[in-house]
This record gives sequence, structure tokens and C-alpha cells, in this order.
Amino acid sequence: MEGLERIIREHPFFAGLKDEFVELICGCAKNVRFEGGQYLFHQGEFADQFYVVRAGRVALQINSPQRTITIQTVGENEIVGASWLVVPYRWSFDAKALELVRALSFDAACLRGKCEDDHDLGYEMMKRFTPILIQRLQATRLQILDVYGTNR
Amino acid sequence: MSMAQTAERTVAVLDPMLPRVARVAKKTRDIPKVVTLVLEMEDGSRLGFEPGQFNMLSVFGVGEVPISISGDPAKSGGLVHTVRDVGMVSGALTRLAPGDIVGVRGPFGSSWPVSEALGGDVVVLAGGLGLAPVRPILYSLFNQRGRFGKISLLYGAREPEEILYRPELAKWRQRLDIEIQVTVDRADADWRGDVGVVTRLVPKAHVDPKQTVAFVCGPEIMMRYGCEALLDAGVAESSIYLSMERSMKCAIGLCGHCQLGPVFVCKDGPVFRRDQLGHLLTAKEV
Repeated sequence: MEGLERIIREHPFFAGLKDEFVELICGCAKNVRFEGGQYLFHQGEFADQFYVVRAGRVALQINSPQRTITIQTVGENEIVGASWLVVPYRWSFDAKALELVRALSFDAACLRGKCEDDHDLGYEMMKRFTPILIQRLQATRLQILDVYGTNR
Repeated sequence: MSMAQTAERTVAVLDPMLPRVARVAKKTRDIPKVVTLVLEMEDGSRLGFEPGQFNMLSVFGVGEVPISISGDPAKSGGLVHTVRDVGMVSGALTRLAPGDIVGVRGPFGSSWPVSEALGGDVVVLAGGLGLAPVRPILYSLFNQRGRFGKISLLYGAREPEEILYRPELAKWRQRLDIEIQVTVDRADADWRGDVGVVTRLVPKAHVDPKQTVAFVCGPEIMMRYGCEALLDAGVAESSIYLSMERSMKCAIGLCGHCQLGPVFVCKDGPVFRRDQLGHLLTAKEV
């Protein structure tokens, strides 16, 4: 547990989080690894966790009958999964490890429960997740703009 | 040769409106609708240029367009231009074959101030065909590699098939003295690289803002957000340079086609310091 606490404390996503909160969320976390080609989760499944990537890259993909499209890759120090935050807690994409991925996995129900019990912790988590959601929304808008097309 | 003939030839060479004749020496098809032409002057002369400058290329009987020079400024070979087929003239340029004749006026415009980065770090942020005008920067940096700190090339393209200069990027990746990050907006599952907008590469480059000079080139919207990402990373506005594109016709600041507020992109640019442009980069109308 001490090793896990240290990893959380040193991870940029949790930078500045109070010791008492680190201890709280540590109870919801575990170290996981995925081999290249392995899926972290699939579209439509229950979003019961999220991942903080420590090493490696994950592709967020969507399948159509004709092909699989990668819409984003997520790497070191980034977060995989936001669907655990809001009902109906269901993944919108597949998440596939492109190479060996080491990550922290957080039990979503556990973390949601602790955030509900302690709104200060909930606010700290929201402060960390909201900028990521905004950045991803803006990135998605830029992708929709198709800026590399001509005459943009 | 009489004095009159000599005078006429001198005037012709100095007249910036008069195209000089060049021939296509080599043509490479880079990506769909994009070719790179190596031009050699018909009179055997060599046109020197600075990174970031452009030439007006004409296909006789069709028209003339501004095209950035994308070759190595230190090399004595032909003039290198990368052209995308987006209209009548550029389309005609892409259909030229080795041996065909092209009109060349130039080089024109301001250049990337590579020397500003001497002793410091360099970030080259490019999108789409914007890699062509910044390639001379990279050649210049490589030619005097020891005089610069960390060099990062952050490049974004629409999809893997539209990554420009792919063989050269692969070669550069083998160098241990440059960091290259490439991302695409979308890809099939067999793409092993990054997917996401190019601005996301900026935080990953871990720039030291105090000693970084950034050169940005690509579609204007991409440059706008690219500059914001660099500013967010702490890079000073006065250390960010970008290359603007407007409808350039005369290329010497006379006709006004490329006027952007108080500046002419052809003459005062195309390379500007970010703080020189101020609100012009985001203004709806100027």
C-alpha cells in the first residue's frame, strides 16, 4: 500500500492532493498492466473504473462494420476513461493497449462513494478531471474543424 | 553585345515582376495531390534564399501562385518547392513533368529568424502542408546542430496517408539529437502512432519556456491554437514566429491583395513574430 501511495503522490494528476485524500483514494486503487493488443475496456460495458497511465499508450477506438477507427491515443501521465463520472456509467469507446501499458486502476464505485462522503475530496477530483474534459472537448472541436484541409 | 542589350538584360534580371525561366529537374509525388518539384534555372544560376521565403511560380498561359521554398538553403542543388493541387495554377504545377518549363519570381518575403534560437531550444510546430515551409529551418538547424539546444519537431496531419516527407521523417527519427512527435487527427487501427490534435503535443515536449524559440506553420486555425498551446507552456509571445498565408499576387507589397491590417504578408511577412500580429491573428475582419 505504501508503494501505491507513493506512486499516487508522485503522479502529476494528483499533484498537491492532501495526504488524507491520498490515503482515501489509495483504498480504491491498484496497479495494473496490459500487454500490447489487450483491451482495457470495450464500448457499451459498465464503466466501473478509470485508469491513470504510468507508462505506455492506449488507443481509444470505435468500430464500424467496415473498419476500426482510432480517435485518440492517451499516453504517460494521462487519464483513460471519464464515463465512470456520469450516469449511465457506460464506456463510449474501446480502449486498447498499443504496447505494454502500466497504469493505476481506480474502482469507480469506491471512488464515487468516497467523493460522496467527503465533498472536499469530490471537489479535488472534479478540479482535476474538469480541465481534462475541457481539453478533450476543445481537441475534439479542432478535429471536427478538420484544420488540415485546404483553405482553412 | 551592345550596351543597349547589356542594359536590357540587367534590367530584366532586376525586375521583380519578370519571371525567370526554370525547368523541372525532378518531381516526387509525396502524398495524394502533393508533389515536390526540384527546379533548375535555365541560365544555370542559383537562386539563394533564406528559410521561410517563397517564390512566385508560374505555369505559362495558366497563372502564377506563391509557393514556399522547402529545400536546404545551404545546398547548391535546385530550388525545391512542395505544391498541393488546390486550384488551377497549383494543379497545373503538380501535373508538370521533368523537363517542363516554369516561371520563377523571387525569392520574396521575410525569413524564419533561426539565429534567434542560437544557444537555446527550438520547437518547430507544423500542421499538414505547413511542414514544407519549416523544413528549411530543420536543415539549417542540422547544418549547425552544435549551436542549438534541444530541438523538437511537433507535427500533425489529418491522417497517416497525409503525413508529408514520411521517408525523411523516418530518417530524422533515427537521429538522437532531435525529438520528433507526429500525430494524426484520425487513423485506422493499424496506425501505431499518436492520434489527437497537434496542440496536445506541446505539453508533451516539456519545453523550457525561458530558452525556447518556436516556429509555427500550418493552417491558420491550427497556428492560432498552436500559439495558444505554446503560450500556455510559458513560451513568450516574442519568441513565437509564424508564417502567414494570404492571396499574394505581386509579392512586393504593391498590389495590396495580401494586405492584413497594416501589413502586407508578401513583403512584411510571410514570417511574423506573434506579438507583431497582435489581434490580427484572431480578428474576423481587418
